[in-house]
Amino acid sequence: MRFDVQVETRPRAGIADPEGATIERSLPALGFDGIQGVRVGKSIRFTVDAATEDAARAEVDDLCARFLTNPVIEDSTITVVEAADASQPA
Amino acid sequence: MSARIGVVVFPGSNCEHDSIEAVRSLGGDAELLWHGDDSVGQVDGIIVPGGFAHGDYLRPGAIARFSPVMGAVQRFAADGGPVVGICNGFQVLTEAGLLPGALQKNAGLKFLCKMATLRVETTNSSLTASATRGQELRIPINHFEGNYTCDKDTLAELQAEDRIVVRYVDNPNGSVDDIAGVCNEGRNVVGLMPHPERATHDLLGSTDGIPMLRSLLDVAAGVAV
Repeated sequence: MRFDVQVETRPRAGIADPEGATIERSLPALGFDGIQGVRVGKSIRFTVDAATEDAARAEVDDLCARFLTNPVIEDSTITVVEAADASQPA
Repeated sequence: MSARIGVVVFPGSNCEHDSIEAVRSLGGDAELLWHGDDSVGQVDGIIVPGGFAHGDYLRPGAIARFSPVMGAVQRFAADGGPVVGICNGFQVLTEAGLLPGALQKNAGLKFLCKMATLRVETTNSSLTASATRGQELRIPINHFEGNYTCDKDTLAELQAEDRIVVRYVDNPNGSVDDIAGVCNEGRNVVGLMPHPERATHDLLGSTDGIPMLRSLLDVAAGVAV
């Protein structure tokens, strides 16, 4: 089966995010008050062929831990959904 | 016998010739090591230079650690050989797991290109063996992601084991505990954000990088440990 995967990486809680902080500081100038906690991350999308969703997720977990994120400074959120035409080979 | 220093070149490295020139100006031999080779040849010491290895894609150093030469660098380091990562080279060594912690974006989100004053905190490393503890060195910095960070336990370990090699006198980038450079447990692998190779001649505005590169050459030649 084929799965669509989205990995969102972002600085871990407690790790300074100067890009997010700079965006947040600029918001009042545009009249956006009351917006807090701006964090900037990165979105990485790809597809995975795997027998089950659990298998796909396990592979992506491993990929994140070893390559897509640096666990010292980054967290990630992984979204796995069955691709629309999952039964079809690429 | 003069030491032979290998300078690793990744696609996107840009300080390799500065490093070679600096080593040669101190009487050492130097050669380039291509990232695609899985050997470091017969060198006595290694510099992983500054630049933007593999375009800094994903994260600085994240792709470089998969270059074939890094396996050879790992083995060289495991055998106790001196390895110094400068700027992007420091980022590569942390991503490769040869040094602890990580380099995040500078506090203030500005690329910093200026002279910085460093304080030598230990002479027990391959970068400072021939320097003096407490010595202040004027060395240029040139980075966007030089804000050193690590978890609390790692920081406590670095402090307790005297592994913070150099600190900024006036912290320019937000690095935890003013850290400019650290070493591994074996003290043979050192990484720092500032560029000692750019401070080796009066024409460059400072010669304070000489004690650092002299240390590397001395350790590589077996004169200092």
